[in-house]
Amino acid sequence: MSGKHLKCVLTALAAAFLTLLPALAMAAEAKKLNPGNTAWMLTSTALVLFMTIPGLSLFYGGLVRSKNVLSLLMQCFAITCAVSILWLIYAYSLAFSDGGGANAVVGGLSKSFLKGVTVGALQDDIPETVFSMFQLTFAIITPALIVGGFAERMKFSALLLFSALWLTVVYAPVAHWVWGGGWLGAMGALDFAGGTVVHINSGVSALVAALLLGPRRGFPETPMPPHSLPLTVAGAAMLWVGWFGFNAGSALKADGTAGMAMLVTHMSAAAASLAWMFAEWARYGKPSVLGIVTGMVAGLVAITPASGYVGPVGALIIGIAAGLVCFGATTYMKQVLKVDDSLDVFTVHGVGGFLGALLTGVFAASELGGVGYAQGVTMGGQMWVQFIAAASTLIYAGVVSFILLKVVDGIAGLRVPANEELEGLDLTLHNETGYDI
Amino acid sequence: MRLITAIIKPFKLDEVKEALHEIGIQGMTVTEVKGFGRQKGHTELYRGSEYVVDFLPKIKIEVLCEDAKAPSIVDAIRGAARTGEIGDGKIFVTPVGEVIRIRTGERGEEAI
Repeated sequence: MSGKHLKCVLTALAAAFLTLLPALAMAAEAKKLNPGNTAWMLTSTALVLFMTIPGLSLFYGGLVRSKNVLSLLMQCFAITCAVSILWLIYAYSLAFSDGGGANAVVGGLSKSFLKGVTVGALQDDIPETVFSMFQLTFAIITPALIVGGFAERMKFSALLLFSALWLTVVYAPVAHWVWGGGWLGAMGALDFAGGTVVHINSGVSALVAALLLGPRRGFPETPMPPHSLPLTVAGAAMLWVGWFGFNAGSALKADGTAGMAMLVTHMSAAAASLAWMFAEWARYGKPSVLGIVTGMVAGLVAITPASGYVGPVGALIIGIAAGLVCFGATTYMKQVLKVDDSLDVFTVHGVGGFLGALLTGVFAASELGGVGYAQGVTMGGQMWVQFIAAASTLIYAGVVSFILLKVVDGIAGLRVPANEELEGLDLTLHNETGYDI
Repeated sequence: MRLITAIIKPFKLDEVKEALHEIGIQGMTVTEVKGFGRQKGHTELYRGSEYVVDFLPKIKIEVLCEDAKAPSIVDAIRGAARTGEIGDGKIFVTPVGEVIRIRTGERGEEAI
């Protein structure tokens, strides 16, 4: 080959290589770990675990009578541990693996014992270990929320059994429906961080449990005020901060979406807190600290499904709506229906989650500051999908919880005997007292 | 010997203690109690659940003395504990059968 000819060939080869280089780079990038995203997701995971232990534990612990404070802490802690083990063994797989023919409703067992979740395995551009852990913290807090519905009267053995079954038959499938490749996600339902998977799920299950177990002895005539609102408020503050991991972490990236998710989460919390506070002030004459933190929770619940899709003004409206609607629902449940959902799980998480799911459909609109709908989808169309997602979760969780509670009742009995309930669960179920003053 | 028991409003404790000190009373026993008489309770509200709380916090003071000192002690307590509002409390004077000092075994007025 002549020198000139060689030069041409080499140039052509170089040109070809340079053209291919971006493609080669992209092919490599799709599977490459993003350290920024990974760092944020590691942090988010810690924040969301913090929401259960000790956030929710303290929030709930302070709301019950002192003779039962340890029972709440024990239940939250035990659920944290038990769910973690079950997640490892099969629940992660059920929620997030490919279910083959049944993939529309549930995953399979291919990731049992976290098979394939190795040091190097990636879920998009973060380690799958981190993704699995992040999702685990959601799986932990959801059954822990239900505890509020049957507080101060449920047997510990029954609680463990129920929580394990519920994780398996309710949580994992619903998580799969929305996030794991199941039918709700495929339908285009917008649920950024778990308005359905976490809040409607736990809310309606708590209501069913409260109805099945029956009210606490002495309810509603006997005063059962919170024994330590300082604990409750401390827990509430931890929930607000932790919720940044819950919502902004659901972006699975350290980017603008996460930033907006954090912003809207915060604003909804603030708006809902004040809305509840003012509503209470107007209705009862004085603003209370329990009221303002409950409003906060309502706002955080409602913004959960919306957090990746709405803008600041949308968050403001969602927060105000959540504060007012959940305030009304709680008052109605307590004073009119007189159902002993001891810690108001249904009226805050169930109602708030349902409201949030619907309002996500509204405020996702780009004219209202949201990210806009998918190609060809209208607001009405999206709201219908949101309604389907919320309603199907509500019905499924409600019905299956009922069945599971009946099963557990048959095996272990649900409720403690009357004398144990009167003496207090800390002493009778755990042989301990919370305060030795 | 007499046992003087006084139920008073909690914030009056320091004043009563001072008044007793001024008339030479060196010891007393104080307990936190709850109760009501003519003073009404209050309402508390938690997430829509309203409770009427009848019992009010009070302080119970117990002082032991010789028979002769009882009237001045009663006057001192009453003067310091009184506010003029309903709920000021009551004072009971009861006879005491025996008094023993644990450390020394002294009995009767020596043990006061």
